[in-house]
Amino acid sequence: MSLAKRIIQTEASTVYLPITKPESKLYMSFIYVAFISLLIAGLMGLLQVFVRSGHFTLPFGIDYYQVLTVHGVVLALVLTTFFIIGFQYALMGKTVGISAMQRSWAWIGFWLMTLGTVITAISVLLGRASVLYTFYAPLQAHPAFYIGLTLVVIGSWIACFINWRQLYVWKQHHPGEKSPLLAFMVNINMIMWFIATLGLAAAMLLQFIPWSLGFSETINVLVSRTLFWYFGHPLVYFWLLPAYMAWYAIIPKIIGGKLFNDSLARLSFILFLFFSIPVGFHHQLSEPGIDTTWKFIQVVLTFVVIVPSLMTAFSLFATFEITGRKKGSGGLFGWWKYLPWKDVRFLAPFIGMLAFIPGGVGGIINASHQMNAVVHNTIWVTGHFHLTVGTTVILTFFGITYWLVPHLMNRQLTPSLNKLGIIQSITWAVGMLIMSTAMHIQGLLGGPRRSAYSDYGGTAQAAEWGAYQMAQAIGGTILFIAIILMVYIFIKLAFFAPRGEEEFPIAEEEEDAPPTPMWMERWKLWIVIAIALILFAYTIPFIDMIQHSPPGSPPFDWPIGNR
Amino acid sequence: MHIHKFEKICISVGIATLIFFLVVLGYGGFHLGVHPQSHAETIDPGNVQAHEAFQKENLGLTQVSEDQYIVNVVASSFNYDLGVDEEGKPIRHIRIPKRATVLYQVATIDVIHGFHIVGTNVNMMVEPGYISKLETTMNQAGEFTLLCNEYCGVGHHMMFLTVEVYEE
Repeated sequence: MSLAKRIIQTEASTVYLPITKPESKLYMSFIYVAFISLLIAGLMGLLQVFVRSGHFTLPFGIDYYQVLTVHGVVLALVLTTFFIIGFQYALMGKTVGISAMQRSWAWIGFWLMTLGTVITAISVLLGRASVLYTFYAPLQAHPAFYIGLTLVVIGSWIACFINWRQLYVWKQHHPGEKSPLLAFMVNINMIMWFIATLGLAAAMLLQFIPWSLGFSETINVLVSRTLFWYFGHPLVYFWLLPAYMAWYAIIPKIIGGKLFNDSLARLSFILFLFFSIPVGFHHQLSEPGIDTTWKFIQVVLTFVVIVPSLMTAFSLFATFEITGRKKGSGGLFGWWKYLPWKDVRFLAPFIGMLAFIPGGVGGIINASHQMNAVVHNTIWVTGHFHLTVGTTVILTFFGITYWLVPHLMNRQLTPSLNKLGIIQSITWAVGMLIMSTAMHIQGLLGGPRRSAYSDYGGTAQAAEWGAYQMAQAIGGTILFIAIILMVYIFIKLAFFAPRGEEEFPIAEEEEDAPPTPMWMERWKLWIVIAIALILFAYTIPFIDMIQHSPPGSPPFDWPIGNR
Repeated sequence: MHIHKFEKICISVGIATLIFFLVVLGYGGFHLGVHPQSHAETIDPGNVQAHEAFQKENLGLTQVSEDQYIVNVVASSFNYDLGVDEEGKPIRHIRIPKRATVLYQVATIDVIHGFHIVGTNVNMMVEPGYISKLETTMNQAGEFTLLCNEYCGVGHHMMFLTVEVYEE
């Protein structure tokens, strides 16, 4: 009896739903916006490295910081959010399905997010919102900037509710079965995103929007920063977890292997939900107004995030080794040569995984109670997130694009496009290696981030940075070439590649895999634990901030030219 | 839940490393007392002059004892105000003897600024409503650039001074 049940379950989990035309149209719309963002904001990145080289000034009176705002907002908030939501919808559609009603709501979410993006973009392009993507008060942008970003967040909430609903409906039809792994992961990521963006929404609706419209005269700067970073750290995990979804559940299939350990994958996602939110203070280590003990407690919580990252790293390399051995490799590292190096669907994410090793180490340094003082606000930090987000996450997203886009558009990843993709991945890796290394070194030498070119009155220290800024310009130029290549490949994959079938690769469990314990599905418990941890980390410092708050800050619009 | 043997070893090593890191950080923080700044001392950003440290005559470098100094700074877009010299010109350069203990006290009258003496661990955020304080010993001789490393507007990269630490 139990054997029969097991077989039914295995079969059920191998049958995935076909993606219909109206569905693929929805998913692709999100991905179109992501690639348009990549092209625009990539160009801004190119202009920045040119300016910082000291040999180029922007034409038409365009300000460096305006370009920087476009680069940051469009890449960090628009590209990532759109790509992730589109990808996650595709995963949900494939594993648990989407109803016509859910699809209509998803369109409403898409248009709300797009409208928000356009409103924000206009405010920045008119030079009224050069506040960078962190928009720290009391620098004051035009209200449209804040309203637009709020619409993007609200649109993304619709995606949260739809994803939860999709899984709920599936569970109604499959009583007693464990949820599909990818649907589980998407739901965890969206719970994390929702809890985190509540902080951002609170800052926007209660602080920034009334203040920028003139309804309130002052703003509590420390509270606004704390709410921003309450959102700002889970944000980086919101970028990373979809990459992890691909690493855990897609890559094993691409290399011809099986899922390593379903329970462990779920456990690591649950740990990310617990520990990615109550950790925002490590971004605020060097600011006044937060007690050093609470800073330290949050440093400890931040470090715990290392555990699920190490679990992920172990699982991936275990999958690589097991797969290689099944194909007949011997020796300790013999499996290495059995990996499909010539398949861009594997190579691009793999380079991303490699970049995460130095990226993660750098992150530990940034989060350290004392070491942070050495690198805080230096261009080291910029180098760090160009490794983690700009390489790890983005190359994995590109790796997904190579099969997802042709799958949705009924086209094929041809051998020549695959080859071009490999060239693209390597170009990206080389450009990023040069740029990011130069940023890390210049940061250790004290070079500031988010600054236009300056020789600081000709000091010897500033002169030392010149060579690294030049290297960044070279790396940035190579990266821009890689962006052009990627956009070209994307257009080919979406509109011009030959018609055909492209696989939606989802790894299966081993036939003798141990069952996943059902307690993994205790969603309410996970949410309660996550909230308890947040309350533990934030309640006392937050009360402290409000009780001991200084007089609020009036708006300052002239330093950014918003007048 | 089943966890593979090697995986258990890997996770244990990982957690042990994590605990080691945290012990090192905790030792540095609570035994050696090396903390990032956080005094939570508030000030009215619209009237920083009300505080003694930021009155015009107290700005800049002041010697308080043989080897102890205080540097009071008012930050604003896009300037660090250290007062004026004998000729009435704004001070753009300060000189501190090597091995002196220096307490930096900084407040802003407008937006958020950074306060980073490049090549040292003096690296603070300066936020409206708070006094940023850090005490350190200047152990290395040389000329250091003090610059704003938090974006404060279109002239952000023009906000700097120099700090010279000289051998006695």
